[in-house]
Amino acid sequence: MTEQSALSFHNVRQVFSSGGHALCALDGIGFAVAPGRVTGLIGPDGAGKTTLMRLACGLLRPAQGEIRVLGLDAVNEPQAVQSAVGYMPQRFGLYEDLSVQENLDLYADLQGLPKDGRAARYAELMHMTGLAPFTARLAGRLSGGMKQKLGLACALLRAPRLLLLDEPTVGVDPVSRRELWAIVYGQVREQGMSVLLSTAYLDEAERCDDVLLLHQGRLLGQGAPADFSAEVEGRIFQVSASGISHRRLQTRLSQAPGVLDALVEGETVRLVMQAPGEPAAASLLPGLDEVRIRPAAPRFEDAFVARLKTRHDAAAALGALDLHIDARGDEEVIRVRKLLRRFGDFIAVNEVSFSVRRGEIFGLLGANGAGKTTTFRMLCGLLPASGGELSVAGHDLHTARAEARRHIGYMAQKFSLYGDLSVAQNLRFFASAYGLRGRRQDQRVAWAIDTFGLADYRQTNARDLPLGFKQRLSFAAALMHEPEILFLDEPTSGVDPLARREFWARTNALAEAGVTVLVTTHFMEEANYCDRLVIMAEGTVLAEGTPREMKARARSADNPDPTMEDAFIQLIEQREQAGEKGKETAA
Amino acid sequence: MSARLRRLWGMIRKESLQILRDPSSISIAFVMPVVLLLLFGYGVSLDAKRIPLGIVIEQPDTASQSLAGAFDRSEFFRPQRFDAIQTAQVALAERRIDGILWLRNDFSSRLFSGLDAPIGIFVNGVDSNRANITQGYIQGTWLAWLQHFAAAQGRSLDLPVAMEQRVWFNPALNSRLFLVPGLIAIIMTMIGSLLTAMVVAREWERGTMEALMVTPLHMGEMLTGKLIPYFVLGMGGMLLSVAMALFLFGVPLLSPFWLLMACSALFMLVSLAIGLLISIVTRNQFLAGQVALVVSFLPSFLLSGFLFDIHSMPEWVQTITYVVPARYFVAILQTLFLAGPVWPVVLVNAGAMLFMLVVLTALVVKKSYKRLD
Repeated sequence: MTEQSALSFHNVRQVFSSGGHALCALDGIGFAVAPGRVTGLIGPDGAGKTTLMRLACGLLRPAQGEIRVLGLDAVNEPQAVQSAVGYMPQRFGLYEDLSVQENLDLYADLQGLPKDGRAARYAELMHMTGLAPFTARLAGRLSGGMKQKLGLACALLRAPRLLLLDEPTVGVDPVSRRELWAIVYGQVREQGMSVLLSTAYLDEAERCDDVLLLHQGRLLGQGAPADFSAEVEGRIFQVSASGISHRRLQTRLSQAPGVLDALVEGETVRLVMQAPGEPAAASLLPGLDEVRIRPAAPRFEDAFVARLKTRHDAAAALGALDLHIDARGDEEVIRVRKLLRRFGDFIAVNEVSFSVRRGEIFGLLGANGAGKTTTFRMLCGLLPASGGELSVAGHDLHTARAEARRHIGYMAQKFSLYGDLSVAQNLRFFASAYGLRGRRQDQRVAWAIDTFGLADYRQTNARDLPLGFKQRLSFAAALMHEPEILFLDEPTSGVDPLARREFWARTNALAEAGVTVLVTTHFMEEANYCDRLVIMAEGTVLAEGTPREMKARARSADNPDPTMEDAFIQLIEQREQAGEKGKETAA
Repeated sequence: MSARLRRLWGMIRKESLQILRDPSSISIAFVMPVVLLLLFGYGVSLDAKRIPLGIVIEQPDTASQSLAGAFDRSEFFRPQRFDAIQTAQVALAERRIDGILWLRNDFSSRLFSGLDAPIGIFVNGVDSNRANITQGYIQGTWLAWLQHFAAAQGRSLDLPVAMEQRVWFNPALNSRLFLVPGLIAIIMTMIGSLLTAMVVAREWERGTMEALMVTPLHMGEMLTGKLIPYFVLGMGGMLLSVAMALFLFGVPLLSPFWLLMACSALFMLVSLAIGLLISIVTRNQFLAGQVALVVSFLPSFLLSGFLFDIHSMPEWVQTITYVVPARYFVAILQTLFLAGPVWPVVLVNAGAMLFMLVVLTALVVKKSYKRLD
């Protein structure tokens, strides 16, 4: 390379040892980050992104290999590297008990920003991040998006030549995400800064100049996002058919010959084919009329899935779930009216209303802190409501909490099974907790192990399971008593796209079997899997409807085919405008 | 201001702001000392007073009534009368009383015939320490009355040995005077080790340590920046305790104030070094709290000689006390307050603390590097 790179790894290997066995976090990593560009480090949780970032900052010493940062040796001169780069760790590295201004002052002192230049730089950064009106507020009282921007401002105080951002956008609302990207690109243009940014959102890859794709500790590729998408050029199609539910359509397509991946996308199904060329409707969906197939533009996620699915066996097709749900019909099984929850002065959930019909997949979409989990906990009877009505399966949760709870299965946001118990022991425990005994219990445990493919891990302690299998086990535990309503709280957070697909295939099968599913997510594109959803922000419902209705609201001449994210951003902006108008009239 | 000083100043200001905003820091530094001092100063006493004592007088007469009156007037006893020894023994067994003074019906005749002690004493030996004290007090009161009685009769008392005792440094044998200085060591251990260990571990937990590390800040600057505010906080707690000791409990300070401050500063540094070391090793608030409790707070409480006398511990426990820094500081405090600047005691114990400080600082410096692994 003739041009001096901003950051380069050469054959880097990193091993962590815990409890006797060594874990290889990164292996054979070699790449160079070109100066003056935004490079994305893309990969699911557990891929090794944070380890790579910490190595680049000299916070970890690699087991093997060479790392150069801005011409410095990060292995042997970590202090020099740490003095030169700007770094924002996960969770933004802010002191929540200090105000915005005090956080800025601290990092300005630490980074040696001269006193006379400060006022101008502060003003510039506060203007850029929109935090100017909040400088006296404690950082802990800021919203997720504002914290993220303050963290960024602190890392940018001295305008470093290399900026390292570790998952700056995870769990943050789409508007703030978009603003962050604008700030980052502004800095690259004005200051000639080089940026390395890690993210688990595959759609963000398309916003980078250059992409490093990391999976299970190995670098799968490096290149412009378009280079990745080009690999699947001519292999992406959108399929719709009448006379069949989109879920059943997806199930059939995923088993059709030549199909690598089938994904529900609104009312259509997105296909990634094994080879280029438009497939024939007759071979894909024999026996169906009115099948429409049209080519679609490839996306980064298509390329990612295509690369990985050739490595793995195509996920085994899931048969119908052998589940016995007695109740049928499509009456409302969950009713929420003007639900309210206060924590002291803070209103976490503010007059939320919606209802869910039997057999629906219903989504609660919103950023971290929107009130999704609080709503969920109230619905599960884990948290009393401060006001409003809510009933689940015909039972009022104010009066018949235990009764309602017997009808629901709950999968918590964090892995909440017993790490020291084996898979079989965990299942047995949850079965007995739901009152299943004797032969019935044996049957259910056998069913769970069989249905969720856990046979190989039967005797493994839950703690040692791979992430995707932990999620399967949690899912199975929530289904032991064959609940008619299933609550899934951020089930796909941090799992890779393949595990996510598998998860949704199971959820679809459950819905087909008559289970009502309520799911929260901060992945905007996952809203497409839901029959209906509400979009939440700051404890209130911004909109309710089908994915298609949501997206239709954002349709315009400039944007004829809006994504769910566009719809979300538009809703937030409308709300902010309404808020400002309200303030003006009040004034 | 040089860049180095500015970074240090930035850290000090940040830590100070955090201390001021965190109610738990303030309460550990200022509320806890007050609570502990009030509790130990007023509530806990190692002296036996108002001992419930049963008195059985089989044949009331002038002499026996006079003896019983001596017990009634003593501040050490709260006597109750019983008619028969049997009922008194039942009361003793039921722990309603701690001892029995038994004056048989030949008490007066034996007293006048030859003055050979005609009284019977029972004590409850379950709490052996208290039994010894009770027995001693009963005998003391009896002998005092006997001398007084003999003088009134115009006779001299022929005892084989007449003991004359004098108590030094705490003439009133008031255990409060002895407990309160020791408490200052406990309070400073809490602020230095427990609080410091938790707040530094909090930085690891919340991920702010990572952000601090990737700045030009050097490890030494970070540690110093953390130490100074907590040092000030700890010395503040110490001054409050000293003020309470002097003005509320009337503990005398028989040494120069500067010497007390110098020794306290040395101990504060040892405590802070322990706290820092714990937080660096654990990196987790909960664990740091537990470890600080077990390796620092509890040993200071149990093994420093503040409450339990080191010389009466088994030899192997005594050996352990040598690694408890509070042991040296408690010895210094008790000496400085109650006995005055006894230089050999002060120098030997301060020397031990200085040695510990050097070892701990070396460990902290060795263990703290700007890496996460």
